[in-house]
Amino acid sequence: MNRRALLKQLGLTAATLPFARAHWACAADLPPAAGNKRLVVLMLRGAVDGLSLVAPHADSDYYALRPNIAIPRPGGAGGLLDLDGRFGLHPALAPLLPLWQARQLAFVHAAGSPDPTRSHFDAQDYMESGTPGVKSTGDGWMNRLLGQLPQQPGALAAVSFGPVLPRICSGPQSVANVPLGRAASRPTAMDRPEINSAFDRMYAGAGSLGEAYREGRRSRQEILAELSEPAAMEAQQADNGAPPPQGYAQDTAQLARLMQRNPRLQLAFMQLGGWDTHVNQGAADGQLARRLQPLGEGLAQLASGLGPLWNDTVVVVMSEFGRTARENGNHGTDHGHGNLMWVLGGPVAGGKVYGEWPGLAAAALHEGRDLAVTTDFRTVLARVCGQHLRLPDRRLDAVFPRAPGTGAAQLQGLLDT
Amino acid sequence: MRHALLILLLLGPGWALADGLSAPQKALHVLDRLAYGPRSGELERVTAMGAEAYIDEQLAPEKIVPPPQLRAQLDALDSLRLGPAELFRRYGPPARRAAGDDPAARKQVQQAANRVAEQAMQARLLRAVYSPAQLQEVMTDFWFNHFNVFRGKGLEERIWLAAYERDAIRPYALSRFRQLLGATARHPAMLYYLDNWQSTVPRTDRFGDSKGGLNENYARELMELHTLGVDGGYTQKDVTELARILTGWTYLPRDWMEGGNAPFAFEPKRHDFGDKTLLGMRFDGSGEAEGERALDLLARSPATAHHLSWQLAQYFVADEPPPALVERMTKRYLQSDGDIREVLRTLFHSPEFWSAGYTGNKFKTPYQYVVSALRASGVEVRNFRPALSALNQLGMPLYGCQTPDGWKNTEAAWLNPDAMVYRLNFATALGAGRLPLLRPEATLPVPDDEPPAPRPMNASINAAPAEAEFGDDDRPPPPDPDLLQDTLGHPFSAQTVAALDAARPRLRAALMLGSPEFMRH
Repeated sequence: MNRRALLKQLGLTAATLPFARAHWACAADLPPAAGNKRLVVLMLRGAVDGLSLVAPHADSDYYALRPNIAIPRPGGAGGLLDLDGRFGLHPALAPLLPLWQARQLAFVHAAGSPDPTRSHFDAQDYMESGTPGVKSTGDGWMNRLLGQLPQQPGALAAVSFGPVLPRICSGPQSVANVPLGRAASRPTAMDRPEINSAFDRMYAGAGSLGEAYREGRRSRQEILAELSEPAAMEAQQADNGAPPPQGYAQDTAQLARLMQRNPRLQLAFMQLGGWDTHVNQGAADGQLARRLQPLGEGLAQLASGLGPLWNDTVVVVMSEFGRTARENGNHGTDHGHGNLMWVLGGPVAGGKVYGEWPGLAAAALHEGRDLAVTTDFRTVLARVCGQHLRLPDRRLDAVFPRAPGTGAAQLQGLLDT
Repeated sequence: MRHALLILLLLGPGWALADGLSAPQKALHVLDRLAYGPRSGELERVTAMGAEAYIDEQLAPEKIVPPPQLRAQLDALDSLRLGPAELFRRYGPPARRAAGDDPAARKQVQQAANRVAEQAMQARLLRAVYSPAQLQEVMTDFWFNHFNVFRGKGLEERIWLAAYERDAIRPYALSRFRQLLGATARHPAMLYYLDNWQSTVPRTDRFGDSKGGLNENYARELMELHTLGVDGGYTQKDVTELARILTGWTYLPRDWMEGGNAPFAFEPKRHDFGDKTLLGMRFDGSGEAEGERALDLLARSPATAHHLSWQLAQYFVADEPPPALVERMTKRYLQSDGDIREVLRTLFHSPEFWSAGYTGNKFKTPYQYVVSALRASGVEVRNFRPALSALNQLGMPLYGCQTPDGWKNTEAAWLNPDAMVYRLNFATALGAGRLPLLRPEATLPVPDDEPPAPRPMNASINAAPAEAEFGDDDRPPPPDPDLLQDTLGHPFSAQTVAALDAARPRLRAALMLGSPEFMRH
């Protein structure tokens, strides 16, 4: 499907930075099936408390360190949902339990960055650039990844949800912005030829503004035609007969539809914020639990919305670092180190917690306070890109330069190949 | 004088003074940077007085008298006069408790708090557009962003926005940095936003239960964002020590409920009276004075001088600030004991600030774009809702930055195709006189009582309704294109001029406000 038709679908506008346009990547060393594989990356900004999401209920240290905010053992009221006898899932993520049971949801615990920073901004920067410790990297790893996949000029291969293009997607390859929620679809001044032809003249030519302007105009022309049709709205609602999902699930439903209709769309980035629970984190209920609920529902919605395409899709969920093992004086947690990564999708060998669990004993804690890191986050991402997107090693090196591969052994079998 | 000015303009950039920019070009540049762009007549005034004199004028806002109309409009916003304690009593948690479980009563509490927040936003935009003390408004926005608090954090934050800006930011925007630092550290809005109000020395009570706990959030951001910068040479241990020093820096709702009005209180019961070592300096556990001493130390640090100078140079000169300029500003900061006015003077008199390569090069942030468009258009704004809507749509909701690091001001952060199209729609609506900027104050819709769903902060304010709903009373007349041209001077390229000349006259105002040159400053 060509780009114009794709953009007609769901009110996309393209985002690009003032760099060279996307070029044809040499696809000689890629198997033909790779074009159908999809990757969705969800970033939880604010350092979500992984120890609450997949809690080590068999570890007595967990309960000793968190007298007020540990989630009760499985079986009790508001208790964890047991996963494998060692770990339990936060009850607010119950919508994801069927995926675990179907062996399509896996976790990598004690994953994270080799860089010790506890600054949200730096740590997110490193996770997005894919080069921890290095601040001079100009682009994001998803943009580099896009450059390593076979492309067709005019076809949209990557989308990012939200109005502002995040670091992880920035770079020379073209990534489209998808507006959140309901796209602005009513006709505007810029849709009138009298007006847009005047601006066309003004913005003709080179320069970053001109480029951005033309991309915007191209996309906008598609949006008006498609989204102002009442039929499109009805089709959205008829998809599953249920009322349209709210919040995050609305965006994942959009993404599912987008991916189903566009075989060329391989990469998607989404983000959710507000996980920085320094105060009154809550346990089975409370602040964190309330935020987890739409997240779980949204991901479950994505899986069901994709239908058979779920078998060709991998979703990775990550956060810049974890939180302190011990609760603080305000029934919350502070910035930590090791965290949880999630890997879900049809191709995933799920129903297992991967990685090497270091435990929460005092001697095992990083700097005496945080969960340690035993798997480098790039190892997980590289494993997914290599085995799922079928990227050979030399291309992976371009996406994650100088990645150490720490923890690779513990990820054995994560993806059925 | 007007004819002389026109001749200067017609001769264009060729007729430049020895240092590279003509007098009108210097005037436009200084209005674009120290102010939110020119308003009608400003270009003439500043060209006549000279850019240097304008800089001096703007660096002394205490001598600038606000126009009576602006004063009257601000005075009409009643909640703006209240202090944090009174705001808390009337609109904060006590009001919510009084509403109990009654949904209608709770909704009223939300609406009242929203009205307070809306008044804060209205006041901010009124000043940004109409205040003659423009540099003070530019710096107020800069420092608010530097010491960011997020309107969505809770009921308290929503109702304290204007009080925070009025008490802790605007009065010190051009003073000594140490004063800004102290005022923000002691303000309930900051104490609440970064949780320091709860931070307490851990101890065991008589039953052997542990009580209290240190909260490091504020201490970390105080060093990382507000002063030294992320590479400023502090360690995790320093963060903890600073947090210990600042225990007890709080506010006391129970005092407020008994009629007390002091916004800040040092609560010895929360304070860690042990000795500390911060950045290699020893701090005896004496009490409140430790915190003041810590702030002194941070404000005077060369790392802070460099960090702030870098940020100011980025804001006023270039996304990649020239290192030599940053160095000179750093030195000036240290020489003047952190006098912001002096550092800015160094900046505004620097060769870098005036070089042709650094004029018209910065891409306007959504805030700068919307405010400069309203100023240039000459429109009399009574309803800022369309402007607030635009800011939301462009991803920069007013007082809506969720994270303490505030908004960026670079092209990379803000330029994308979606944004360009939206700005042009806004420019066209403004230029064609279609924005309902005169509509009497409309209350914003009520957001949920619950904490926001985990999605990026976006439109909690609905987009402006369809044009057909408003009568002509709500819309000011479209800006006169000739007047707009005079207001803006001659920043346009040959290509833009050709497009303007080729277009229908009634579109010219929209085209000027949407031109590539107007997107930059």
